[in-house]
Amino acid sequence: MNAQSADVLIIGGGLMGASAAYFLRRRGVSVIVLERGLVGQQASGTNFGNARRQARNLQQLPLANRAYEIWKQLPQLIDDDLEFVQPGHIRVAYTEEQVGVLEKYARDTREYGLHLQMIYGDEMRARYPFLGKEVRAASLSPDDGHANPRLAAPAFARAAIRIGAHIFENTEVTELAKEGGEFRAGCSDGRVFRAPSMLVASGAWGDTMSAQFGEPVPLVARGPQLGVTEPMPYRIGPSIGVATPLLEETLYVRQIKRGNIIFGGCGRGPAHTDTRRAYVLPEHILTQFRQLARLLPPVARLSVIRTWSGIEGYMPDSLPIMGPSAKVSGLYYAFGFSGHGFQIGPGVGDVMAELIATGSTSTPIEPFLIKRFMQAPAEQVLAV
Amino acid sequence: MAQARVVVVGAGPAGVRCAEQLVAAGLRPIVIDEGRRDGGQIYRRQPEGFTRSYATLYGSEAQRAESLHRGFDALKGRIDYRSETLAWNITAGELHVVHEGAASRIGFDALIICSGATDRLMPVKGWHYAGTYSLGAAQIALKSQACSVGREVVFMGTGPLLYLVAYQYLKAGAKVAGVLDTSRLRDQLKALPQLLARPRLLRNGLSFMASLRKAGVPLLAGIEPLEIKGDAQQGVQSVVVREANGAQREIACDAVAMGYHLRPETQLADLARCAFRFDPEGRQWLPEVTLEGRSSVPGVYLAGDGARILGADGAENAGRLAALSALADLGLQVDRAAVEQLLGQQQKMDRFRRGLVQGFPWPVQQAAQLPDEAIVCRCESITAGELRRVTREMGACEANRAKAFSRVGMGRCQGRYCGQAGAEIVAHAAGVPVELVGRLRGQAPVKPLAVVTREEQE
Repeated sequence: MNAQSADVLIIGGGLMGASAAYFLRRRGVSVIVLERGLVGQQASGTNFGNARRQARNLQQLPLANRAYEIWKQLPQLIDDDLEFVQPGHIRVAYTEEQVGVLEKYARDTREYGLHLQMIYGDEMRARYPFLGKEVRAASLSPDDGHANPRLAAPAFARAAIRIGAHIFENTEVTELAKEGGEFRAGCSDGRVFRAPSMLVASGAWGDTMSAQFGEPVPLVARGPQLGVTEPMPYRIGPSIGVATPLLEETLYVRQIKRGNIIFGGCGRGPAHTDTRRAYVLPEHILTQFRQLARLLPPVARLSVIRTWSGIEGYMPDSLPIMGPSAKVSGLYYAFGFSGHGFQIGPGVGDVMAELIATGSTSTPIEPFLIKRFMQAPAEQVLAV
Repeated sequence: MAQARVVVVGAGPAGVRCAEQLVAAGLRPIVIDEGRRDGGQIYRRQPEGFTRSYATLYGSEAQRAESLHRGFDALKGRIDYRSETLAWNITAGELHVVHEGAASRIGFDALIICSGATDRLMPVKGWHYAGTYSLGAAQIALKSQACSVGREVVFMGTGPLLYLVAYQYLKAGAKVAGVLDTSRLRDQLKALPQLLARPRLLRNGLSFMASLRKAGVPLLAGIEPLEIKGDAQQGVQSVVVREANGAQREIACDAVAMGYHLRPETQLADLARCAFRFDPEGRQWLPEVTLEGRSSVPGVYLAGDGARILGADGAENAGRLAALSALADLGLQVDRAAVEQLLGQQQKMDRFRRGLVQGFPWPVQQAAQLPDEAIVCRCESITAGELRRVTREMGACEANRAKAFSRVGMGRCQGRYCGQAGAEIVAHAAGVPVELVGRLRGQAPVKPLAVVTREEQE
């Protein structure tokens, strides 16, 4: 098998890279994916698994809608359902002010096709008897759901391989360059891969890659902090998130069919991109415990059996870097998903494949272009 | 300068001797123990108010048990002893503990982990039925509560604990339905020269076997476990094995105690970010540790069976050595001659350890032959077939990946009881050496932690 060159070289085998490889192959484009560890090990495999459109930035909703269509077509597309279920997603508020925020969001998202329902008082208590007494209202997004993040990127990778993608795990890229109209990726074991187009989908390491092409961005690596309880009877249904401006209240919770309850939020931990490890902060787990007892009192009777973290790339404006390079032709980016890339992941792969294969995309991605971080000296002069 | 803060985790043979050595050097260590009383597993003390004698409880080891307990009692007032306290996490310079639902953190200059070991288990079809225990659990029931795990108990597995516990049951008046050892007599004979490094232990082992034989208990060597028969309501009803001569044999019983020697309890070392290495003789991953007890992380020391399985006497020495290393690293005077003497003894212990590994080998082939329908992960009820499927069809050839895809090792025990067998099954299914499969990474909390746990401000 000679797979040292292809039409597109993808750096990073997370959900974005793996799904882009899949959708590129569907368009008949040859593709090589280089992954330093195993596919889907970092943010793609360690996140909470929320497959929700609710609570997304409005600018992201067209992309989220495109991703939603893909989620619904599983497993016909990739022969795996990723444990995707749609019991709905509720966003709850502890204060009147936040109830107002939820109501406004429900109105604003109507034009994007979200059918959010505000539920209050007795009706809310009847539907969600497990919610704590501080909860004032819930905004239900009936079609949202959750999936198993550990399975997602590997399943897309297997599907991509079945239709001809070349995916190399344990392959560490040490140098990137464009020479003679071709991108070149040199690996630590001496192998060199080439392609006329390249997609940087390396998550929290995306900024180091873009910097090599003169486009540094202010990405910060952080670790989500997640945990899982022992199982209890399956009762909860929707995944739940708290709408709040206070970081320590931002808990999110879901129950899987087996009965275990998975939770995350309330802040982030440090992440070490050099050693590729992110550790859970003990004090953080205890904060989550307090918030769990507040949001879902019955859960306080359980024990937590495991906690984990991973490495995610955050942008200062919480929007990803997606689209073509502003400087180098043939170079594309899809990284920095700021802790909410899971649901849109398959959509990102589809959009990037469309963009690379056809030169344009039917889903607007203007707000995510890397050029928003480019220094613009001329304009600065004018501004003075 | 304020006195150095040294924290010892575990009050078994290693922890107690370690604390003793620290106190002798003028320190007041903090000793954290999950148990209600000191002694660890092997010298577990009976609850207050129980009055069995040392001879009854510990047999040939009565003197050693008494010496350790007296040693610990003498430390009262000179150490900060915190029993029934779980060490659940470690961060830089801090040990995180929970006691009676309250979490707190303990800063340390040196941390000495004496976490002990648990049984090493190999699944067998039907081992999820009620009435299947580990050898260690069967022993605890007897020592701590004077209870037998069943009316007719089969002991199955391999290693010295197999004969010891069976003998203890016999002596306590329980009916031992059989002692079924997967190791062959010729392995045991071949290991004799190394086992002679500790003649007293060898003699003890042989005398347990002789007593069992004299009592008419079937002792079978070189068996292959086939199935524990039973049902969800009644629990265990019998054990089916293939004997060394190829004949199949079924032995009726209402409880089974199993174990294949020991596996070190390494989660705390892992959380302390200690490096690990694969031990090809024992086919398991162990934290890197010098004979003096130094781990790869400065200020973190490992002693006892939690680091290297040398048994109780080896653990006492290791505890002393780790304490002396910590004292030396803290800049205190230590007696070099004492260190040298302990090191000499440890070399003998290590020779004996190698004999045990050779004489009572981990039955790798059993993992390969485990039927697809047998459960591997009891916490999550995942079968060998499912684990093989994710290995072959989903390409999960690495332990954590196989866990992510199949859930083997994801439950309450966090892979303590299925991790090593799971790795063997993956290795066989993938056709790779087991060391390439790697090991499950430790994740806090070390044991399940109640959501009602709150941090106490010290």
